[in-house]
Amino acid sequence: MIEVRDLSKRYGATVAVDGLSFDVLPGAVTGFLGPNGAGKSTTMRLLLGLDAPDAGQALIGGRRYRELPWPLREVGALLEARAFHPGRSARAHLEALAAASAIPRSRVEEVLGLVGLDVVAGRRAGGLSLGMGQRLGIAAALLGDPGVLLLDEPVNGLDPEGIRWMRTLLRSLAAEGRVVLVSSHLIGEMALTAERLVVIARGRLLAETSVAELSARAASLEEAFLELTADGVEYRARPADNPERRVR
Amino acid sequence: MTTTTITMPGRYRFADAARMEWVKLRSLRSTWWTLAVTIAAAAGIAVAVGVNTEDGSADLTNNALAGISVGLLMMGILGVLAATSEHTSGTIRSTLAAIPNRPLVLAAKAAVFGVVALAAGEAAAFVAFFAGGAALPAGIAGPALGQPGVLRAVVLGGAGYSLIGLLGLGLGTVVRHTALAVGLLVGGVYVVAQLGAALAPALMPYLPIAVVANSLTVVQPVTAIGDVRFLSPWAGLGVLVLYAAVALGAGAWLLAERDA
Repeated sequence: MIEVRDLSKRYGATVAVDGLSFDVLPGAVTGFLGPNGAGKSTTMRLLLGLDAPDAGQALIGGRRYRELPWPLREVGALLEARAFHPGRSARAHLEALAAASAIPRSRVEEVLGLVGLDVVAGRRAGGLSLGMGQRLGIAAALLGDPGVLLLDEPVNGLDPEGIRWMRTLLRSLAAEGRVVLVSSHLIGEMALTAERLVVIARGRLLAETSVAELSARAASLEEAFLELTADGVEYRARPADNPERRVR
Repeated sequence: MTTTTITMPGRYRFADAARMEWVKLRSLRSTWWTLAVTIAAAAGIAVAVGVNTEDGSADLTNNALAGISVGLLMMGILGVLAATSEHTSGTIRSTLAAIPNRPLVLAAKAAVFGVVALAAGEAAAFVAFFAGGAALPAGIAGPALGQPGVLRAVVLGGAGYSLIGLLGLGLGTVVRHTALAVGLLVGGVYVVAQLGAALAPALMPYLPIAVVANSLTVVQPVTAIGDVRFLSPWAGLGVLVLYAAVALGAGAWLLAERDA
């Protein structure tokens, strides 16, 4: 599971994450929602140890990311579209990551097929469309068959078919018992994909709840989300209301 | 509920990081172009200098290795790009997600790039030496590797490429911006050398380009330019190793300290 505890991070005068705490449990897709600049991407970067927190902890399976013995076998992450060199082929990009993690070459071909990039895998990745680039990012995340997935805006640039594919993929990964945290500001998509929700704004937690529960507070999930983030009021489902939270 | 994480004994080590860096280096076409042009430039200039040689008593080995200074710049820029292209493309995030131990990443990158640059550099130096010797006009005997100091000059000339490349890698890791790092490299290796000769001649022997041209690749010691004495070949090698080590050490420290 993912545990975020009193996490804070500032960049110069900007407070990106401000005393944030939440858990993400296996077995359900957890949507990570918030307006632009809410601190979603920063939280993911802190979870991956790319940035160092000013205070608090971000733990994966009880450990900090940099303590993981084989990180890509435990955590798969998609942080930004195009985190690859434009001059390198999609296959070579994945082969480099596989080499670092003692993952067999055959797994590279497997994930290329899984995300539908096998035909273009040998071409320069710089020529890939936004959606294709996003699929390469997903392939990299799935490479080590990890139990934890952190995906920042994974449907960005995907066509309708791709969005549906992603939704099915995320749900089946969660159904296999993995921890799946997916950030998005597409509320409608999250309503269809996620079961659990973590909502943040201005670096603070607004809600840690289920899609059903938050939707029930207004006419739609979107309405409820907008009300929640407009108020800026902290709302947290009490454990008594929400027995799922006690499942560890 | 089952999780499907593959359990593997042990943890990632230097060898895993080095394998990743080797795949990254070899999978860019620009790597092979740069190395090929470096070798071709060294050979081409060696031939041009050889053909135009009139004085058979000159340091013909040093002359044949004159083209190294062109390839040095390319190797330095390749080193810069090995570091900065990761930052400009965002690949650094993938790299550090796979190997979170940052000094280990840089050590692996330096080892892999250093060995590749050394192999290409030695190839360039030997090709230039033989091409330059073969291009000498009739009546001027080419130098032979068996003559005193000749093999040393050729081998150290090849090593100079690798060390300037590593200096570029270190600078690129420190400043992270391609244009700025290339500017620093060209300024430090070439421009300062020109100014230094005029303004502070005492510094001249320590400037990278002068070390390569007047210390590493000489058979007949150069003590010219007024009363300035150039470093011996081995002292010159030590100075270049020091430059690369300082740049890489600063890079490793900053890579570990800074947000990626």
